[in-house]
Amino acid sequence: MEHQSKVKIKKEWDIVGARQMGRERAKAIGFGTVDQARIATAISELARNIFLYAHKGEITFNVMEGMNKKGLQIIASDEGPGISDISKVMEDGYSTSGGLGAGLPGVKRLMDQFDIVSEKDKGTVITTLKWVR
Amino acid sequence: MRIPILKLHNYLLVSIQIDLDDQTAIQFQEDLLSKIHKSGSSGVVIDLTSVDIIDSFIAKVLGDVVSMSNLMGTKVVLTGIQPAVAMTLIDLGIHLQNVPTALDLEQGLIKLRQELEE
Repeated sequence: MEHQSKVKIKKEWDIVGARQMGRERAKAIGFGTVDQARIATAISELARNIFLYAHKGEITFNVMEGMNKKGLQIIASDEGPGISDISKVMEDGYSTSGGLGAGLPGVKRLMDQFDIVSEKDKGTVITTLKWVR
Repeated sequence: MRIPILKLHNYLLVSIQIDLDDQTAIQFQEDLLSKIHKSGSSGVVIDLTSVDIIDSFIAKVLGDVVSMSNLMGTKVVLTGIQPAVAMTLIDLGIHLQNVPTALDLEQGLIKLRQELEE
């Protein structure tokens, strides 16, 4: 299995494509059904954010192998408008799109590690990781 | 893609068996409401047994379609939510508290009958 794969997000259907690819990756590495669903859902939220706010970007999957553990790193990057107030978007229930505002705080809870870097008018990079238990 | 909506006596039955994209979900919302309007159905069961992912958008669409149907005077029950999906929804912070649910289609129909006191 290749250790890195990418999927471009340009149209709405790519959200489904990205989460299907992520689920396949997760399954191949050895994640159980529940974690596969968690990972696929996290990817769906990240990919939708790219599509909604930056219109295009990409999701990168990296298979991580530690001494005695394996994990899947998911990087969502775009060159969109950036997020002006990161603490705000990490609040449950905050949304500018009329959604539930569950997206990013949800992704943080679904994954083991979560990191967000965003610069106004430059773009956003969200790096998340989940280890196989 | 369109999700088939079946009529059974005064109920409508829906089984979602595809990976829902946003457009299909929105289309389904419209289709279901117009079908309720045309058929005058008193209850709807939406079976989610084959759905293995519900993200915040799909959850909102489903929650909304339940509220919209209620406004029209029709009860909706969601059935067959998989364990992995239930766990993921709670992680996301989505509780769907005002949405009636049941274990499976059969229980869903029983619940509808109770809710409608038929």
